[in-house]
Amino acid sequence: MRTTLAQASLIRHRARTLLAVLGVAVAAAMLLDMVMLATGMRESFRELLVSRGFDLRLAPKGTLPFDTDATIPGVAAITSVLRNNPDIREISPVLGASIHIPIRNREGEGQGDVSSAVLGIDPTVQGDYEFLSGRDVTTPDAIVANDYLIRRLRARIGDTLAVATGYDPQTRTYSGQRKLVLMGRARFVYGAADQSAAAVRRETLEAMEGQARHDHASLFMIRVRKGADPDRVREWIETYIPSVSAISIATAIAQVDQRLSYFRQLAFILGAVSLFVGFLLVTTLVTVSVNERSGEIAVMRAIGVSRAHVVQQVVLEGVAISFAGALIGLGLGLATARYLNAILSAFPGLPMAIDFFLFQPSSAWTALALLVASGIAAGVYPAWRAASLPIAESLRREAIA
Amino acid sequence: MTEPTQTPAAPDERPIVSLRDVRRDYALGAERVHALQGVTLDVERGDYVAIVGPSGCGKSTLLNLIGVIDQPTSGTVEIGGKRVDDMSDWEATSFRLYNIGFVFQRFYLMPILSALENVALPMAEAKVPREERRERAAQLLAYVGLSNRERHRPSELSGGEQQRVAIARALANRPTLVLADEPTGELDAHTGAEIISLFQRLNADGTTIVVVTHDEGLADAARRKIHMRDGKVVDGSA
Ligand SMILES: Nc1ncnc2c1ncn2[C@@H]1O[C@H](COP(=O)(O)OP(=O)(O)OP(=O)(O)O)[C@@H](O)[C@H]1O
Ligand SMILES: [Mg+2]
Repeated sequence: MRTTLAQASLIRHRARTLLAVLGVAVAAAMLLDMVMLATGMRESFRELLVSRGFDLRLAPKGTLPFDTDATIPGVAAITSVLRNNPDIREISPVLGASIHIPIRNREGEGQGDVSSAVLGIDPTVQGDYEFLSGRDVTTPDAIVANDYLIRRLRARIGDTLAVATGYDPQTRTYSGQRKLVLMGRARFVYGAADQSAAAVRRETLEAMEGQARHDHASLFMIRVRKGADPDRVREWIETYIPSVSAISIATAIAQVDQRLSYFRQLAFILGAVSLFVGFLLVTTLVTVSVNERSGEIAVMRAIGVSRAHVVQQVVLEGVAISFAGALIGLGLGLATARYLNAILSAFPGLPMAIDFFLFQPSSAWTALALLVASGIAAGVYPAWRAASLPIAESLRREAIA
Repeated sequence: MTEPTQTPAAPDERPIVSLRDVRRDYALGAERVHALQGVTLDVERGDYVAIVGPSGCGKSTLLNLIGVIDQPTSGTVEIGGKRVDDMSDWEATSFRLYNIGFVFQRFYLMPILSALENVALPMAEAKVPREERRERAAQLLAYVGLSNRERHRPSELSGGEQQRVAIARALANRPTLVLADEPTGELDAHTGAEIISLFQRLNADGTTIVVVTHDEGLADAARRKIHMRDGKVVDGSA
């Protein structure tokens, strides 16, 4: 009977109820987006780190991977130390550098050059790119590049490129130049769609970079044996190889988390604001509805309906609006999140795989639970008003009206 | 068909309603309105009482105190031998549910419930099982002559029919007392007369009734008339 009455009160003013539900839906959409934003970047960053299956990254002591130009010397020595730990399954040293490739038109005239990031890797254990087509860097004079770089070079698979690791703009001379054959296309996992990226064998890059970079790596990526604890391995490495910082996925995420705390605060505040707006909307509507029905409520009280039941009926009304709004809002939130994500992902310099808004069922549940809770809270004030209505006086006022 | 009222286990000679020196003041800004100025009144079980008097003399105020939806400023109100003037809200609500049947001038049915559901509402509140509720609501509608209107909403009923549904609702939990404030006030003479005879039948079947009215016909139908003026009973108090 209570549900019937609550439902009836909502149906009686169909248009008004619908508007309130839509208002709550907008607030709910905003809330969901903010919950998604609060966790989305961290989650997608984690997925990015986990995606290639490497558990640990070794960077020069005190830095983050590719944070500085610093490198780790003694790749061969470090590798042989690492081999002593039976929990380490795969070791992938990576050397990062930049390259300059002059482009010429068909007449052979210089057209300036294109610069790009390049990684020196071992193709059998690399975790930096997804090979797409052609052939991988199986030979010392091979290079693979991402589509963006290939487009900028106006090159085709099979073309020979004059690749240099150094360029002096004063004298307009290249250093460390070498002829490499563009063998294949690749998608670089940690790179953005609008950033040039290429990969060659590490020996090739070392050779081009000269003596200074011989036996150096910017980063090691390490896969541990199944069942082994990456953190134990991390401690082991830091003990035996003092020149590196070992970063597990968990610590990397914690570090990213710290950098993202502004995002989360923003999301938290905006989420709280939308929740509050939804709350006010529902309180207002239910209060208006209770005021309108004061005579009806007084009659119910007079014929013996308890305060508790009046309260339940009013609270139910608020919850029903919030719940309906939340359901519509979740759909709306997903749509806006997708749209916003597309805008933000085009932000220059971000890895393609990073999402700002990541849908997780837990986000939806969180948003839904918050909304239903706020719906209950929103009913409290009008319910209290309804329950404490002076019966005789309300009936009298109703009779005069 | 007869409408059984709640008969006490032992025959009770005491009045069912008993007011002693009841006063009710209202604060109106800084002033005090003395709506009731010392009313003493008894109503016997099975009686049918009409309270009459000029507008503003305190009839509704008196009825509200008997109906336990208001409390006196001073004096005592007993119903069925039970003090009701100082009950907590919770006690008063439950007392009304089981002992008082209200009939209002403007019917006040729930607009979204059918006639049958309106009559069943107090029974639902009293936790009467659904089936029993339905059955008794149907019986009560038959008693007031509306068997064919069970599924109708109030908006689909005439004023007289709505008032009869309201009377059936008042009888839902077999109250000791039925109270009505101007029950014919919104009705034309003909429909009003139907309500008057319904009240007479109800009283003949054993229900104690107190009505407040300006309607001569309704007042004359009662067994006893109580005249009020300026917050006092001037004639007819027992
Ligand atoms: N809530 C209130 N606040 C202030 N004054 C009130 C209130 N209720 C009633 N009164 C006053 O108390 C007096 C008695 O009112 P009551 O409603 O009992 O009269 P009544 O006899 O029922 O009149 P009517 O025949 O017009 O219904 C009136 O003067 C009225 O103005
Ligand atoms: Mg009155």
